Amino acid sequence: MSPSPPPVPPPDEMREIFRTMTLIRRFEERASEEYMAGRIGGFLHLAIGEEAAIVGTVSALRPDDPLTSTYREHGQALARGSDPRAIMAELLGRSTGICGGRGGSMHLMDVGRAFYGGYGIVGGAVPLALGLAWAARYREADQVSVTMFGEGAANQGVVSECFNMAGLWDLPIVFLILNNQYGMGTPVERAAAVEDFYPRAAAYDIESWKVDGMDVLAVRAALSEAARLAREERRPACVELLAYRYRGHSMSDPDTVRAAEEKERWKARDPLVTFERVLLGEGIMDADAIAAMQAEVDGVVDDATTFARESAEVPVAELADGVYAQPWNDDPRGSALVRP
Amino acid sequence: MSTEPKDTTYRDAINQALREEMLRDESVFLMGEDIGHFEGAFKVTKGLLAEFGEARVVDTPITEAGFTGLGIGAAMAGLRPVIEIMTVNFALVAMDQIVSNASKIHYMFGGQVSVPMVIRMPGGAGHQLSAQHSHSLDAMFAHVPGLKVAVPATPEDAKGLLKTAIRDDDPVIVLESEGLYGKKGPVGGEDHLIPFGQAVVRRPGRDCTIVAHSRMVWVALAAAEQLAAQGVEAEVIDPRTFRPLDLDTLAESVRRTSRAVVVDEGWPECGIAAGVAAHLYEACFDWLDAPIGRVNSADVPMPYAKNLEQAAIPQPDDVVRAVLATMAREVTR
Repeated sequence: MSPSPPPVPPPDEMREIFRTMTLIRRFEERASEEYMAGRIGGFLHLAIGEEAAIVGTVSALRPDDPLTSTYREHGQALARGSDPRAIMAELLGRSTGICGGRGGSMHLMDVGRAFYGGYGIVGGAVPLALGLAWAARYREADQVSVTMFGEGAANQGVVSECFNMAGLWDLPIVFLILNNQYGMGTPVERAAAVEDFYPRAAAYDIESWKVDGMDVLAVRAALSEAARLAREERRPACVELLAYRYRGHSMSDPDTVRAAEEKERWKARDPLVTFERVLLGEGIMDADAIAAMQAEVDGVVDDATTFARESAEVPVAELADGVYAQPWNDDPRGSALVRP
Repeated sequence: MSTEPKDTTYRDAINQALREEMLRDESVFLMGEDIGHFEGAFKVTKGLLAEFGEARVVDTPITEAGFTGLGIGAAMAGLRPVIEIMTVNFALVAMDQIVSNASKIHYMFGGQVSVPMVIRMPGGAGHQLSAQHSHSLDAMFAHVPGLKVAVPATPEDAKGLLKTAIRDDDPVIVLESEGLYGKKGPVGGEDHLIPFGQAVVRRPGRDCTIVAHSRMVWVALAAAEQLAAQGVEAEVIDPRTFRPLDLDTLAESVRRTSRAVVVDEGWPECGIAAGVAAHLYEACFDWLDAPIGRVNSADVPMPYAKNLEQAAIPQPDDVVRAVLATMAREVTR
């Protein structure tokens, strides 16, 4: 099914959506530079090209709706309003990082903004989202749990397990399949028996449909409807977003597999460029206002980068802090070892 | 309750702990396969669906990874799920959730959320269930920082450790033993909690320390009886939890007896006995009069045939031999 046409957000919100998309784009570009300069380690997965999917989703939710994501999740945290300084500091592994330098790029969390984290095992966070939905229903609260994962994750068995339980128990959850058409370097047609993924959820009696993931307003409308089903009708929903990432799987992927022609085709549909056209066309922003917003966002990213670079490293003495919420005995490290 | 305390089985002790904690705290709920209408594969959850209803005693599909992960997510939101995995053998399909999520979330996200959940499951061999249904995987869980691991041997511990586990703010793996559900003994009352990280001396002795947990405590006690008949007084110590491990109590005993044997139903390689022995070597090297003995299940997949299975799992005679070996003695019978 297809939801009814969306109410277009008011101008203030349209501007805010565009600013957040721009912030994500610029933040990711800067993260890429910091990685190339050797200041960010490990894996770095950029969401450039997926800004509409992220911001369209988050803008349709209530701030207290628990959100979970994959390891490509800087944008989700930014869209939820997390401090760009704390995110960049986490990427640089500093004590001021949003997770104290323990998580890094793949494991951001801001529980105060109901962002319940980015997870590194493909498909592994989906049952956690089901549990967050379970908790909302258990407490008779009206939050909707929303979990974003890729079409690659949809091939993991545990995701089907979650579709089944959500359908069986009518849990207030929205499964958001961000189909960027590649699982690392493997295209959908070489990984999936059927190239549409939303029918898998439909097989478990979950209302599901597919929308253009490059169009922020279409994403927002779909997620509004999905969240409404979950919140008001207490039924799960599944939305598949067709999108494209403009960079390789991670910074260590030179992206030589995908055809240049294909990339160019999708870049012509750049979610920022197309949404900018809408804003200009509707007279919501003019070129000067856009330039001013971009400059403001660049300032935010500059400030976050400076803050991160200047932040202290995590003291090694704190290495073992926090393994347990409730450490035992008189050993704050919670270690089992007796040291002489 | 009109029954004598002595009459409580390990199974009923667990049931009491679940019931009391559910009455005490509305955020506690149970989830697992066939735990409600069927009342549990081992009848541990008997009567709980009738008392607490389907919202809090939840029968799941056969989907261990899914419902274990669901429990983790619910715990992140502040509920206190008690997940029953029918047997430890089926935990293997949920290991990603246990190891990559439950144990990591508090640390990896800088302490923003904890995972106050319990995953309880029975394990062990001895029922001719062959290779896929006879695992003792205690070492796998004890290997993982971020988990706590309790291994009750008696009804009292089964109740007291589970109550502590449910109130704990971290993910706790409670490993029960299929072979102990019918074991009877006294249990504590509603307020009797057994703290983690406190080993208990099951039988005092001066000649050799036997470290054993779960069902192996009873094997060790039977061995200690046989040894006593030969004039050897073994001290049997039950660690009760492996994370945390009460090394102080173990080491104190070994420094006194100068000899140690570790008994573990799991496999020998990189197992519980190996880990405990390493701790004891580090802590007690100068006191030891003999190499530390290990008694494990044979290093094979568990066979079906009764005689082979019995030969594969630790028996009192194996423990007797291992203890006498630390004294450079042979079995005299």
